[in-house]
Amino acid sequence: MTLLRVENLTKRFGGITANEAISFEINPGMIVGLIGPNGAGKTTLFNCIAGSARPTSGQIWLKDRNITGLPPEQCAQAGVARTFQIARTFTSMSAIENVMVGGFLFDRSVSRVRSDAMQLLGLVNLAHQAGKPASSMTISEQRRLAVARALAIRPRLLLMDEVMAGLNPTEVREMVAAVCKIRDLGISCLIVEHVLEGIMPIADNIVVLDYGKKIADGPPAQVSNDAAVIAAYLGDE
Amino acid sequence: MNSPNHASGQLAGPMLGNTFRWWHVLASLLLVIAVFFPLLEKNPSHQNLVILMLMAAQLGVAWNIVGGYAGQVSLGQAAFYGLGAYTSTLLFTRLGISPWLAIPAGGLVSAGVSVLVGWSCFRLKGHYFAMATIAVAEIIQVIFTNWDYAGAAVGLNLPMEEGWKTLTFSSKEPYYYLSLALLLLTLCVNWAIEKSFLGYYFRAIKDEPDAACSLGVNLRRYKLFAFAISSFFTALGGSLYAQKELYIDPGSVLQTGLSIKMALVAILGGVGTLFGPLFGAVILTLIEEGSRILFGGSGRGTDLIVYAALIVLIAVYYPNGVVGWLRGFVGRRNAVRVGPASGAAR
Amino acid sequence: MSGEILFQTLVSGLLIGLIYALVAVGLTLIFGVMDIVNFSHGEFLMFGMYSGFWLYAMFHLDPVYTLPLTAILLFGVGVLVYRFVISRIIDASMLSQIFTTFGLMILFRGIAQFFWKPDFRTVDNSIVSGNVSVLGIQVGLPQLVAGMGAILVTAGIVLFLTRTRAGAALEATAADKEAARLMGIDTQKMFALAWGLGAACAGVAGGLLSTFFPIFPEVGANFILIAFVVVNLGGFGSVLGALCAGLLVGLIEVMGGFLLGPQYKLAIVLALFLAVLMFRPQGLMGKA
Repeated sequence: MTLLRVENLTKRFGGITANEAISFEINPGMIVGLIGPNGAGKTTLFNCIAGSARPTSGQIWLKDRNITGLPPEQCAQAGVARTFQIARTFTSMSAIENVMVGGFLFDRSVSRVRSDAMQLLGLVNLAHQAGKPASSMTISEQRRLAVARALAIRPRLLLMDEVMAGLNPTEVREMVAAVCKIRDLGISCLIVEHVLEGIMPIADNIVVLDYGKKIADGPPAQVSNDAAVIAAYLGDE
Repeated sequence: MNSPNHASGQLAGPMLGNTFRWWHVLASLLLVIAVFFPLLEKNPSHQNLVILMLMAAQLGVAWNIVGGYAGQVSLGQAAFYGLGAYTSTLLFTRLGISPWLAIPAGGLVSAGVSVLVGWSCFRLKGHYFAMATIAVAEIIQVIFTNWDYAGAAVGLNLPMEEGWKTLTFSSKEPYYYLSLALLLLTLCVNWAIEKSFLGYYFRAIKDEPDAACSLGVNLRRYKLFAFAISSFFTALGGSLYAQKELYIDPGSVLQTGLSIKMALVAILGGVGTLFGPLFGAVILTLIEEGSRILFGGSGRGTDLIVYAALIVLIAVYYPNGVVGWLRGFVGRRNAVRVGPASGAAR
Repeated sequence: MSGEILFQTLVSGLLIGLIYALVAVGLTLIFGVMDIVNFSHGEFLMFGMYSGFWLYAMFHLDPVYTLPLTAILLFGVGVLVYRFVISRIIDASMLSQIFTTFGLMILFRGIAQFFWKPDFRTVDNSIVSGNVSVLGIQVGLPQLVAGMGAILVTAGIVLFLTRTRAGAALEATAADKEAARLMGIDTQKMFALAWGLGAACAGVAGGLLSTFFPIFPEVGANFILIAFVVVNLGGFGSVLGALCAGLLVGLIEVMGGFLLGPQYKLAIVLALFLAVLMFRPQGLMGKA
C-alpha cells in the first residue's frame, strides 16, 4: 500500500497559485527527491503535507488516513515528521534534550526517552555531542540534530527541507549517509533539495516542480534526461 | 569524553559536577537556616522582612512557570493573585467556609479563569499577549472596585480568630512557616515540572514553537497548562497575603504594579531557572524596603528612581539575571582553572 | 437624555479622541520603525504637560504659544532616550525590551515626583479657558483648541512621512530594516528620529492637555493604556490608522461612560481592546 498519496493538490495565496493540481505517490521505504527552480512551490507543497499550510483543494493521504488540512501537531502524530530550512533547534537545550522533545510524543518516561534519544543521535553521528548545547553546534551538526529530533516521533514519512544546502562535500556525504540509514529503517523520505549531487544518487524517485506544476516524476536517470526538466532549469539561468 | 553529560564548552559535566554538589550543600544549608530562622531572630519587623521575601519569591517561582519556562510573558498575574485573595476571603467571611478549603478553592477559580483568558489570548504573539494580560488584569480590577458584594473600593476585612483552624495569627511566626511552606511547595512543583516531559515541552514552546508543533506538541494545551498551574499558585500567594494582612482591597491585591513585581523577581533572579526567583526576591525586597526607609518617607519618589534604574539596568545588561551571571562567572572561572590539559577549555 | 447632551458628549468624545490619536501616532511611529512597544510613552506626555506648565508658571507664556518649544524639548528627550538606553536593546529579547521601557516608565515618574512633587498642578487663566458655542452646543475652548492642535500636528506628521526625504527614509526603515540599510539609509539615525518624533507627538499632546487637564507625575498612566488600544485598533505602524482609531476610541469611551457610568470607561475601552486583539489583531489598517 502506498504510504503517501498527494491528489490534485492546489494551494493559492491571494493571487498566486503556488501549487497547481499536483499528484504523486510515495511507497514505504523510498527516498523521493523534490526538485525544481526557485519559486516552483516546493516548500509550499511541503508545508501542506506537514500541516503548516492548508491546501486550497486536493487531498493528502497517509496510508489510509486523510491528513488534508490537519494542523502540524496532528500531522506529526499521524506519522509525518519534518525539518525546517533553518534548523530551529531548541537553543536552551542540549543535543540529547532536543531529541527527547520528539521522543515524548509516545512515551512520557524521561529515562526511556533519553536512551532512545541516544540511539538516534548515534544514527546521525552525534552521540559524542549529546550533552553539547544546541546553540553552540555548527550548521551541519544542527541539521543532523534536527533530523534525529524529527525521527524521535517515530514517523513513517520524513520531510527534509534543503538539509544539504551550504554544506561542504564531507558534510554532504555525512547527511547522505544519514538519509540512507533512515531509509533502511523503513522510513520514507521526501527531500527538497537544490544540491543535486547529493540527492540524485540516492533517490528512488524524483518529482520536479516548475511554476507550481509537476513537470516530471520518475527515476533520477529518466528525469535528468527529461527535456522539460532541462528547459526549466536552463530557462531559469 | 565518553559520557553524554561531558561536553566541551558547556557548563554541565565534571566542571559543574563539583559545582552541582556545591549547590546541593548550599541549598540544604539554607533550608536548615530557613526552618530555624524565627527561633533565632525574634524581632517581628525583621521576621516580616523575611516573610515578604518568601512571599515575593513564591510569586516569582509561580510566574516563572508560565513566563520563564514556557516563555509566555504575562504582565497581568495580579489578576489571579487578587482572584485568589478575594475568593478565599469571600468564602471565609461571607459563607463561613474554612480557609483550608477556601484557599484551594481560590486557586481553582484562578486556574479556571486563566484557562479562559489563555484560550482566547494564547494565539497572540509576544507583546500582544503581554498587553492582553495587562488589559485583563485592569478589567478585573475595575470589576472588583465596583462590586459591592466584594467590598468595592473599600475592601474586605478578615476577622482575627487566632488559630490554625482559621489561619489567622497575631504573631509573625506562623505566617513565616506558612509562607515558607508555600514557597517550598511551589518550588517542588516547579522542580517536578522541570524534570518531567512537561519541562522539556515548555522550553521547546519557548524556544521554537513551530518546531515544537512539528514534533506533535499541542501548543495551546501546554501553554494553558503552564498558565493554569502558574495562576493557581499565584492565587495561593494572594490568599496567604489576605490571611496575613487581614484586609484586602483592589489597590493592594489587583494592581498592575504587583504583576510587574512578580515578573521582575523572576527576571532579576534569572528567567527559567528554579532558584532565580529566590535571588530576585531577596534583592528586590531589600531594595524596596531599603529605599522606602531611606528615601520613601518624603514622598519624593527616590525609591521609585532606584527601583526603576535597577529594572532598566537588569533588562539591558543582565537579561539572564543573577543566576545567569553566576553561571557565566562559574563557567569562566572553571575554564581558566581547568586549563588546556583537559582539552575542555574554551 | 436630550439630543443636545448626546451631541455634546459626542463632540467631547471626538475632541479627546483627537488627543488620543496624537499620542498614539507617536507610539505607532516607534513601533512601526523598530518593533518596540514603548511602555514609557505616557511619560513623554507627562513631560510635555510639565513643560507647558513650567513655561507658563515661570515666564507667563501660555502653553499654546510654547508648544513648539515643548515639541523640540521632547524631541530631544526622545533622541537621548534612544541614544543612551534603547539603542542597547534593539536586538535583545522581547522580555528585555518590555522591561526596559517599563523601567523607564517608572524612572520618569520617579524623576517627576522628585523634582516637581506629587501635587496636582493646573494651568489657570490660559488664554484658552472657558467655553465657546459651536453649532449650538457648549464646547470647552481648551478642548477645542487641543483637538485642532492635535489634527494639525498629526497632519504635519503625515506630510512629513509622505512628502519629505527623511520621512520616506523612515517609512522605508519601517517597511524593511535590512533593505533600508542596504540602500544606504542610516538606520540608527532613523531609529533616533522615530523616538524623537514619537516623544514630540506625546509631548505636544501633553502641552495641549495642560491647558485643561490636571498635571501630576502619574498622569501618563491614564493615557498609556488607551494609547495601546488605539494603536492596536488602528494597526501597529499605521499613522492613519491611529488617527481613525483615536476618534473611534474617544467616541466609544465617552458613550460607554455615558451609558454605563464613568467608572466603567476604562473597562469598556479595555474590553474593546481585547475584542480587537482576538478578532482582528492586525487592527483596521495595520500590517498583520
